[in-house]
Amino acid sequence: MTINGAGATFPYPIYSKWFDEYAKVDPSVRFNYQSIGSGGGQKQILAQTVDFGASDGPMSDDNLAKAPGKLLHIPTVAGADVVTYNLEGSPTLKLDADTTADIFLGKIKRWNDAKLTALNPGVSLPDKEIVVVHRSDGSGTTYIFTDYLAKVSADWKSKVGTNTSVNWPTGIGAKGNEGVSGQVKQTPGAIGYVELIYAVQNKMPYADIKNADGNFVKASLESVTAAIGTAQIPDDFRFSMTNAPGKDSYPIAGATWLLVYQQQKDAAKGKKLVEFLKWAETKGEQMAKDLNYAPLPQNIAERVMKRIDEIKL
Amino acid sequence: MAVAIVTPKETGAVAEIPPPTRFADKAFEWLTLAMALAVVLLVFLVGWQLARGSELSIKRFGWNFLITSTWDPVAEHFGALPFIYGTIVSSLIALIIAVPLSIATAVFLTELAPLRIRQPLVSLIEMLAAIPSVILGLWGIFVMVPWLRDYPFAFLKRTLGWTPFFSGPVYGTSMLAGGIIIAIMIMPIITSVSREILRSVPNLQREAAYALGATRWEVTRIAVLSYAKKGLFGAVILGLGRALGETMAVTMVIGNTPQISASLFAPGYTLASVIANEFTEATTDLYLHALVEIGLVLFAITIASNLVAQVFLKTMSMGSATRAVQ
Repeated sequence: MTINGAGATFPYPIYSKWFDEYAKVDPSVRFNYQSIGSGGGQKQILAQTVDFGASDGPMSDDNLAKAPGKLLHIPTVAGADVVTYNLEGSPTLKLDADTTADIFLGKIKRWNDAKLTALNPGVSLPDKEIVVVHRSDGSGTTYIFTDYLAKVSADWKSKVGTNTSVNWPTGIGAKGNEGVSGQVKQTPGAIGYVELIYAVQNKMPYADIKNADGNFVKASLESVTAAIGTAQIPDDFRFSMTNAPGKDSYPIAGATWLLVYQQQKDAAKGKKLVEFLKWAETKGEQMAKDLNYAPLPQNIAERVMKRIDEIKL
Repeated sequence: MAVAIVTPKETGAVAEIPPPTRFADKAFEWLTLAMALAVVLLVFLVGWQLARGSELSIKRFGWNFLITSTWDPVAEHFGALPFIYGTIVSSLIALIIAVPLSIATAVFLTELAPLRIRQPLVSLIEMLAAIPSVILGLWGIFVMVPWLRDYPFAFLKRTLGWTPFFSGPVYGTSMLAGGIIIAIMIMPIITSVSREILRSVPNLQREAAYALGATRWEVTRIAVLSYAKKGLFGAVILGLGRALGETMAVTMVIGNTPQISASLFAPGYTLASVIANEFTEATTDLYLHALVEIGLVLFAITIASNLVAQVFLKTMSMGSATRAVQ
């Protein structure tokens, strides 16, 4: 039996690992996942051409209304965006919400701006132009980043907003995480946002961000899991975990979801899918860290398990 | 022998045979006609499908789509002007750089190069065409752009910085960098086609010019290039076709910013790039339709540029005809 899925690219590495491992648990079922992007994942599950979809952002009310049945959001893992930069000596900067928003709005134009120097005593910031680099391709990474900025800056919310791609007020666009990290590395004075793993792999510096509780937090899998634990999570699991409260929560993070119909058409397939989802939320979660994804905290995973039980065959 | 002795009777027999041959002829004619029509049909289907897929956006924005500069997926306000501008300008830059280089290379390869090195050079150029564009793009980000920024762009900024075309900050990724990478990508095709065309110039042409006492340069100019003018123009148009649709490598070095700026150092954006960038994550209907309409615009520009080329070719052949009369 083959179960087909399509959607988000961000969780693709862990999903393929899961499908691989799950083949050993239940050899009778094969998973086939196309990482075509969240937009494609949502479209295909709405058109019922796949058995499950995957998306880096929760579906909008408009899109949910188009679904022929009730669609469930099953959160799987989470990741963080980090603000990375190219400054001589690669100091670890401290940034707060206002400053980050103003840099990406193009209001703070130079590295030695008073706001930046005030946040970073002891770091000598050059009198150099800030070159903003952002993603040019639609992506969950951008969704998380703009979701954070819209929450913390009224200006950002009214002028730019939140989406997988937005009308950027300033800067140059680079394709993919590799494009942004490449561009930042090549351009002195550049600043951009990438998934945590890209900054770690490329040995790029990234800023500690001041969270809702006023602490400067370093991005890490632990601080992301902490943020899921404190985020407001409604019953339909369409949550945003940016700017989550709690002293250890990293503020620029987001989850990724699987999308499945509550009423499964094919009972045999549905049963296998439910079994897999349960396995993913328990055994699967333990593999997350090895692949640099933040697992769901215990209390959330339990809530998700209850939701999986509601899937009807 | 049998052919030599043709009796009237046999001729009569031969006359009776034609029907089947004619049928084969007809069948061949129909077949080729059907194939030719299939191409036409395909073009229409593509156009129709694109128009249908962009219905919502066409209804919402009308002609304004073509003259608006905002591209805001959040507010769902879409205009294609900066992308149209970027596509045309980057392609023109590419042609300005690639055409002289390619034709000069082709001339060198057919007229001047010692036979020994011709084949290796041709193979090298053809290998350039085989580099996948994503590889070229990554090379663009990590090697070409930093180099361009530190040397040629810095030089242009110093010497021509006072003109609007080279004003503003130099980030490296820019419209000019986009044009240059397209130039690299279209050079092999223009060179190969030009080389074939120059090779097809009859040697009599050259010999006649030499006989009149022309120098090597004069022979090349008058007897070869002028003779092959139309074909070379065709090669350039093939290159332009590729330039307009080039996506991956351009996306990586052009800066992907939907703006219209006189400065070639400013980042730009092309039609093909925005589709490649945003299509996978577009979730709302209007957004998707706007992206498909971008495809429709690109389709229209490609067709329009081909039509203009046709007209140009017509006037060109008329021009040479008049000159021949004079």
